[in-house]
Amino acid sequence: MTLRFDKLGVVIAVIVAYATFAASFATFRANRIVPGQARSILEALPPTTGPLLLGIVIVAALIALLRTPLMLRLAASVAALAALALLIGVAGTFLTPAGNTFARISPASGFWILIFAFTLLLADVLTRFNLSPWARIGVLVVATVAIGLLLISGSWNDLSILKEYANRADSFWAEGSKHVTLALGSLAAAVIIGLPLGILCHRVEKLRAGVLNVLNIIQTIPSIALFGLLIAPLGWVATHVPGAAALGIRGIGTAPAFVALFLYSLLPVVANTVVGLAGVPRAANDAARGMGMTDRQRLFGVEFPLAFPVILTGIRIVLVQNIGLATIAALIGGGGFGVFVFQGVGQTAMDLVLLGAVPTVALAFAAAIILDAVIEMSATKRRVETA
Amino acid sequence: MKAWLPLLLRLVLVVLLVAFVTSPGWFEPLLKPLTENNAPAIYNQGSLLTLTLLHLRTVLIATVAATVVAVALAILVTRPAGAEFLPLSRSLVNIGQTFPPVAVLALAVPAVGFGEKPTLIALFLYGLLPIFENALTGLTTLPANVVEAARGAGMTGWQRLTKVELPLSAPIILGGIRLSVVISLATATIGSTVAARTLGEVIIAGLLSNNLAFILQGGLIVAALAVLIYDGLSAVERYAARRMGRDVE
Repeated sequence: MTLRFDKLGVVIAVIVAYATFAASFATFRANRIVPGQARSILEALPPTTGPLLLGIVIVAALIALLRTPLMLRLAASVAALAALALLIGVAGTFLTPAGNTFARISPASGFWILIFAFTLLLADVLTRFNLSPWARIGVLVVATVAIGLLLISGSWNDLSILKEYANRADSFWAEGSKHVTLALGSLAAAVIIGLPLGILCHRVEKLRAGVLNVLNIIQTIPSIALFGLLIAPLGWVATHVPGAAALGIRGIGTAPAFVALFLYSLLPVVANTVVGLAGVPRAANDAARGMGMTDRQRLFGVEFPLAFPVILTGIRIVLVQNIGLATIAALIGGGGFGVFVFQGVGQTAMDLVLLGAVPTVALAFAAAIILDAVIEMSATKRRVETA
Repeated sequence: MKAWLPLLLRLVLVVLLVAFVTSPGWFEPLLKPLTENNAPAIYNQGSLLTLTLLHLRTVLIATVAATVVAVALAILVTRPAGAEFLPLSRSLVNIGQTFPPVAVLALAVPAVGFGEKPTLIALFLYGLLPIFENALTGLTTLPANVVEAARGAGMTGWQRLTKVELPLSAPIILGGIRLSVVISLATATIGSTVAARTLGEVIIAGLLSNNLAFILQGGLIVAALAVLIYDGLSAVERYAARRMGRDVE
């Protein structure tokens, strides 16, 4: 029997070897802002579990390295990821001196690189499985539940990022809901305004170039500048328009952030509506006209459903982009997870940065997976119906 | 009759931009009404020209690095030897795009410290994706008959790549570079939150001291740069497309 190497496996094995033997697994710090000391896997874990983790990682890397069945690779990547996730919590408890509430343990570069390597393996396996949209959402749900259970079980409680969370549990959820409201609310506003605007641009050719150019230019204004520039006009509205202040419109805070995100969202929604409507086959429109459909019936019965997948793609771009941009709202007092990111940068407390960055990335990632699945479902449905 | 109008507008924009960054004092009366309590109307903690040049340098370094790596990767995964990586690289690009620039920036700080380095890393990583995606599209949608003809003419793999495939994909790759540059120009401003010296410094100083004039001048310089560069690269792209007989929308 000859051993055959998997090309991606070689890359993964090299990364794993580096992360395991050259990089550190966890960082120990006497308090939250002093520089840390590196700990390897064997130093960071109790004498029984350290070698266990080392064994799991090495076996999983070997499975990746050789040409092995997909199911085995799936099992190896999931097992390695699960072991890493569980044992980093154990390392947190093991490294914290008894009764010491100042010491901070955080995952170090080696841990993150190992997570990256095995996620790569998992992503490769899942890509090769060519999962259906529902199955992809299923994988997302399973992963979310697993992480949720780990969080609830308290096994990560000795890690620095969760200590930061424990100090700010209330504001975490408040900022989180602000973040989501900002991202989703501005998306909803952009869809309500952008869809009719897109339809108008599609029908009235003279408007099209003008509107799209203006929206294009708005996109080039850097986000922090746009956020800042809206402070003045909204402050003016708040003081001069009766009732505006009562509605929560203020110069700083959520209002300028909302308007800025809305302005950034318009271009993808309008542009994709125009492209989607332009892509409706002539024959479909002619047939609808021949059947005696009115303009309105044609729009809602034929053009719109056919353009739907393209419009959804625009909405996906907007949602992922808004979740990321909403972090910047924190700079002008708009709240959101960015509050923790910028506080953390200001205090050079990197775990606080992570507390803001990790949920943002997770939200954006989940939104992308869900909307990609919905787009694929709507596109295949269309194809089946029109075939 | 109307053909010269866009050109004139661009020229005016270039002149205004150069005038503003070289002698911002001329524009002080325009910006003065935006300040309160006699605050300075023109950024006074550094020269706007230096900041603009540093901003452009950061974007240039990141974009050149991103272009080299992204095109090399795209070439690799479209060769028979790297074909195995193609599906994975596609999903990685998809995943990568969900990482918000602020998060990338903030997460790069613990690894390399404050200053220009985390900004360069964030811009590089973020700039990779559009270029890689476009290079992949360009290299995988080549007209089959042309590639066949090149093979039939006895060209080696290297010759086919440099004389046929890359020139034919150039317009699409340029499109990716254009997207990447515009994203980087805006993202570089955020780099100032981790102490990189870019035009974001002016905007953030304005946010902190509640000085609208600072926010406006920082934002407008970046926006003008972005519009001009976007425009210039679009023209290069159209030129390349015309030469290659490919359609670019």
